[in-house]
Amino acid sequence: MKSQISQHKNKKPFANKKNFQYIFLYIVMDRVKDLASKKAAVIFTKSSCYMCHSIKQLFYELGASPAVYELDNDSYGREMEWALRSNFGCNPSVPAVFIGGKFIGSSKDIISLHVDGSLKQLLMDAKAIWF
Amino acid sequence: MGSRRRTAEDTNKVVNGMPSYAPPLPPSNSMGMEGNIHPSRLSDFGAIEQSLGFRIEDAMNLSRNPVFNQMKSNSQALGADIQFGALNKTLQLQKESQSNLASTSGGHRENWGESNMADGSADTSTDDTEDKNQMPERGESSERSKDKSDQKTLRRLAQNREAARKSRLRKKAYVQQLESSRLKLTQLEQELQRARQQGIFISSTGEQTHSMSGNGAMAFDAEYARWLEEHNRQTNELRAAINSHAGDIELRTIVDNFMTQFEDIYRLKGVAAKADVFHILSGMWKTPAERCFMWIGGFRSSELLKLLVSHLEPLTEQQLMGIYNLQQSSQQAEDALSQGMDALQQSLSETLANGSPNPSGASGNVANYMGQMAMAMGKLGTLEGFLRQADNLRQQTLQQMLRILTTRQSARALLAISDYFSRLRALSSLWLARPRD
Repeated sequence: MKSQISQHKNKKPFANKKNFQYIFLYIVMDRVKDLASKKAAVIFTKSSCYMCHSIKQLFYELGASPAVYELDNDSYGREMEWALRSNFGCNPSVPAVFIGGKFIGSSKDIISLHVDGSLKQLLMDAKAIWF
Repeated sequence: MGSRRRTAEDTNKVVNGMPSYAPPLPPSNSMGMEGNIHPSRLSDFGAIEQSLGFRIEDAMNLSRNPVFNQMKSNSQALGADIQFGALNKTLQLQKESQSNLASTSGGHRENWGESNMADGSADTSTDDTEDKNQMPERGESSERSKDKSDQKTLRRLAQNREAARKSRLRKKAYVQQLESSRLKLTQLEQELQRARQQGIFISSTGEQTHSMSGNGAMAFDAEYARWLEEHNRQTNELRAAINSHAGDIELRTIVDNFMTQFEDIYRLKGVAAKADVFHILSGMWKTPAERCFMWIGGFRSSELLKLLVSHLEPLTEQQLMGIYNLQQSSQQAEDALSQGMDALQQSLSETLANGSPNPSGASGNVANYMGQMAMAMGKLGTLEGFLRQADNLRQQTLQQMLRILTTRQSARALLAISDYFSRLRALSSLWLARPRD
């Protein structure tokens, strides 16, 4: 028993500061993915972002009714924004669009996809729109 | 009866009616007079004549002289002076030797010359010196008239000299002025070159300083002008290729180069927008007509597609559907971006119009103001994003259009777009040059 304890004393604890950040990121990412899969079309926005406003309008124009999560009104908003930027590679971090639970992109990607007709197809595939 | 030049010593010729001599002699009388020459009787008259420095015979010839009338008026005025002068001098002459006659006559001439120059002109001395030189040759020739003509000539010559001198001075001053302005011009050119280089450097690094913002705009304007030249050249190349029914491969190459050119200008706009987004959005780098129909710093893709459909026929069903869908998609994207811009503008106005009502007093108001400004600044920063997305939309629309059309149709479409914009630019020039009343 004593030998086990002394052995254990030399090992570093798992939950140190660095590891804690990874854990936290993992938890936050999970939350993002969770929210994104709740509806066929999900957009993460910020109330101060006007490009987000444009992308929302585009979705409404297409007949989709996306779920909108404003990060500045969320208690973990800052961390989620960081997760979107670092993990999903979304630049700028908002608006971040998920269709069918999958990360699609930011405003530039959405506009490009819309112009060549792919956006509509994606929405139809995810059953966000019917026609 | 021609005028004859005589030496001063020739005293043989005398004329009747000498005592009552008056310079303007009628020709008929002089003819008669010539026939009545009596050298022996009138030797003293010869002296008088000599003192006058004037040959009466030649006076008669004056009537044929074109300047006679002028001389006539002069001599009439001076007739009295001459008579008195002559009488005074003959008394002196009779005592002097023959050899001195030349110099005396010269002296007389000088006196006569001086009395003549009643106006006190400064040229008198020059006249007299010249007369003294010419005196030995003249003798009893019509020296008085020649005197006058000489004096006039001399005066004219002197005036010419003056005028020449003045014009030389003026020319010198003018040349000096030209030199100094040339130096200034080269200096200004160097400064401009330096500033332009600095402007391009700053805009490429994307720095934002207040002093350099003007240069960023200028640098972009210069780059846009260069781009436009290259664009026009490529348009002509495209036109030539289409008209000469070039092959698909060649057309494809030209079309690809064309699209690369478009990518260039969008890249340039992006860089310039980082330095000065308002310059790009204002459209001051475009011509007035283009500026009027501008949308977020450029053309409206949906409008362009509407214009092109007529140029692109015949189109297959599939192509027609594709173009129609593309037009609709670009329209939707444009609307979305416009709405975003409107929301931004509205929010900015609200921020500037009213800060949150704060009753805490002066310091609170200042802090409020600062906070307002900070918020407004943040909102303005998003403008660049809108411009970027608008340009992205334009590029994507063009590329999608090229995917739907065949090579030949693409070439015709791009040519039609270029022509449309060049006509819009020409319209601007015409409008600016229109006669205003």
